[in-house]
Amino acid sequence: MSVTSVDRDDDNLTITLIADFAAPIDQVWDLWSDPRKLERWLGPATHPASVEKHDLTAGGEITFFMTGPEGDRSWGTWRVTAVDRPTSVEFTDAFADADGTPIADMPVSKIRVQLTERGGGTRMEMHAAFESREDMERWVSMGTVEGLQQAVGQMDALLALCDS
Amino acid sequence: MVVGDLANEAIDDLFHALADPTRRDIIRRCAAGEPSVSRLAQDYPMSFAAVQKHVAVLERAGLVTKQRRGREQLVRTDAGAVGRARQALDELEATWRGRVDRMSDLLAPGTE
Repeated sequence: MSVTSVDRDDDNLTITLIADFAAPIDQVWDLWSDPRKLERWLGPATHPASVEKHDLTAGGEITFFMTGPEGDRSWGTWRVTAVDRPTSVEFTDAFADADGTPIADMPVSKIRVQLTERGGGTRMEMHAAFESREDMERWVSMGTVEGLQQAVGQMDALLALCDS
Repeated sequence: MVVGDLANEAIDDLFHALADPTRRDIIRRCAAGEPSVSRLAQDYPMSFAAVQKHVAVLERAGLVTKQRRGREQLVRTDAGAVGRARQALDELEATWRGRVDRMSDLLAPGTE
């Protein structure tokens, strides 16, 4: 399992997730800096992601869409606020329209990612925060496929265990 | 995606209610038991009227319900309303757990 710990702060609306990968730091960084690799993990299997614009520099933007089973698309934009290759990246994550323009009044979360070499592998620490309680509530009302997806993923893992 | 005015108002009430530490404490206490307003008032360094006002804000936001029993008013937390605020963090956590799992798959030897 890659996820080492998840700390949630329900009062301050933040999540800190720590994951450990058995891979060198440059390979983990590539998952963020290479748009073709990024789109392979961004969306769940049922909603594959396509990265359109990828400017991983401070002030740059990464825009992408996810395509659902019915061909429906949902767009997202990351506004990059800070980058220190290959150890950290910070951005705001927003729902966007088809031009990649963040939609006003839609929820925004702030993400900070930190990579460190550790025991021959790489530790990734991800800190996510909603800007306000209003954003958090609206994020729920938007609905996300990921919660359900996660449950299905866990079922797959259980089935694999039963088979072995 | 249009959020109606009514929904927005309800959301504003909810977050206004949750923004105060005394009110959050009242929510916790009334989830564990079902104290009366006067019982609650004994536990906070403020007047009965002030506590009553906090309870009224929580009630308007749908976070607690009040029930009259004899001369007392019992306060109970509505777990569903509190759960909605938590749900957003569940979703955010699930999103990133899913992403990390896929990153891990991509990094596994023999995946290229």
